[in-house]
Amino acid sequence: MLATNKTTPFLFGYRLYVLAFFIFLAAPLISAGAFAFNDSLFPALPWQGFTLDWFFSDTEPKLGMFHDRRLLQGLYYSFVIAIFVAALSVFVGTTNAFLFVRGDFPAKNFFYIMMVVPLVIPGVILGISILVLASDTANFVENKFDLELEFLRPGMLLVVLGQFSFIATITSLVITARLKKFDETMEEAAFNLGASRARVLRTITLPFLRPAMFAAGIVAFLVSFENFNTTLFLVGSEAPLTITMYDRMAKVGSTPVLNAVSFFLMVGSGLLALLSILIQRDKNA
Amino acid sequence: MQKDIKRLSLILLFAPFALWIILLIILPHIGMVMLSLREKVAPRVYEYSFANYLEFINEPIYWNTLLRTGSMSLLVTALALLIGFPIAYYIAKIAGPRARGGLFLLCLIPLWVSDLIRSFGWILLLRETGVISNFLLWTGVTGTPIEFLYNDAAVIVGLVYTVILFMIVPLVSTLDGMDNSMIEAGYNLGGNGFTVLRRIIVPYAMPGIVAGCIVTFMLTAGSYLTPILLGGKNSSWFTEQIYNQFITRFNWEGGAAFGMLLLMFTSFVIWLGLKLSGQTLANTVAKS
Repeated sequence: MLATNKTTPFLFGYRLYVLAFFIFLAAPLISAGAFAFNDSLFPALPWQGFTLDWFFSDTEPKLGMFHDRRLLQGLYYSFVIAIFVAALSVFVGTTNAFLFVRGDFPAKNFFYIMMVVPLVIPGVILGISILVLASDTANFVENKFDLELEFLRPGMLLVVLGQFSFIATITSLVITARLKKFDETMEEAAFNLGASRARVLRTITLPFLRPAMFAAGIVAFLVSFENFNTTLFLVGSEAPLTITMYDRMAKVGSTPVLNAVSFFLMVGSGLLALLSILIQRDKNA
Repeated sequence: MQKDIKRLSLILLFAPFALWIILLIILPHIGMVMLSLREKVAPRVYEYSFANYLEFINEPIYWNTLLRTGSMSLLVTALALLIGFPIAYYIAKIAGPRARGGLFLLCLIPLWVSDLIRSFGWILLLRETGVISNFLLWTGVTGTPIEFLYNDAAVIVGLVYTVILFMIVPLVSTLDGMDNSMIEAGYNLGGNGFTVLRRIIVPYAMPGIVAGCIVTFMLTAGSYLTPILLGGKNSSWFTEQIYNQFITRFNWEGGAAFGMLLLMFTSFVIWLGLKLSGQTLANTVAKS
């Protein structure tokens, strides 16, 4: 298993294996996307010809995704939730980065582990534990003070909090890694030139962190958008897209409109992921 | 003065962290433990007891499902490592510098597609009217359509597919940091391919292997969509039991107990894995 330039039979076989792996990787994604363009009422073979109806048609039975009110609504809720989750996670991720890279306090290692832990708790459990605490609190307030705290019932806020609870770990790790590479002599030089603390932060440190914050934000957005396990237990009437799609799949059975949504999401998240990679690469080089 | 500012900024930085961990991680889990220890003795009257846990022990279906989830998750983790390691090694060490970036990117793209869509893709491939069955009919390998869905093999394929990228990515980053001359030195000292792999490459890649295995195992054991969509009615996955208790039967006490059991089980396996491999959470998962 060594890098050699000679093409041995072993290396040839190895390459075939790698090729087979990438076919395995691509196959379900291609099939999820391709049937969006099949002019048939079912996402299955045989191929009936190319159509864009599953995106744009406005009549039943081939109601396209851009005319399907419930799917569009799900898309909208997913978008709003993901924006809030990304903003919150980047904010807390940045303060955490400063806390753990610059800060000096007792039991720092312990707290660092605490920061990583949410990533290794199954999403279902994060969901139910937050649901339980929120409902207990709401019930308690209702019984004691006769006050109905609607926001603690399953709904948008709980979904945002549930997703934030583990996505904050991801953004913290990304931004911490970047801050560790920062050369502190740059800050010292600025202080020597008479800059204030706030000014140094604004003109030197934060611009250095910006690519990482941006990339972390995109990652948070994508993870939030595709999350299912945590959301499942916290969702109220404003169901995000993954939940809407799952309901459709489980209850109505799949039609190619779900393929159209899949295709749309794959292209969208592919572009966003590419953007985050480009941003990070440019500034790191 | 200077010292006060430092303390103040430390407190200000600590506040969001503390709020997050206490309000969204620690308190909810305490709440779940309390709920799981509650037994309904009469309408709106509760007592503390282990009744919910006893119900788990006394009902073989429940602990069978947990054991099944655990053993299949371990199998999926092992498969993901076996399949993924050569791929990660190829990307990090064998591919040319240009191909390396491209292949890594190809690995990352499915990572951003939701579980739901990936499972959906597998359904379209594997079901009786699906692509593979049709392909086999067309080539004449078989005369009748074949149903590949709704069995354990389909669930395992789908799960390996879902989690393998979380195995490959940390492996690539650790193997990337390894100096090629270490491998060459191994060969120069007379080792064959297998010895070099066992004595040099694997020990070096250990943090990545452990990180990949932890995340993979945790994601598999906690997954909900893939087993249900690909395994059908008999998937018997433990997260499904939790969902049934919570949403279908509205038995929150029982659901909380099941959640605690799943958490204890996954934590125990992760702890055991870390102990056996001599790694820590901070130098594995936190690095990836």
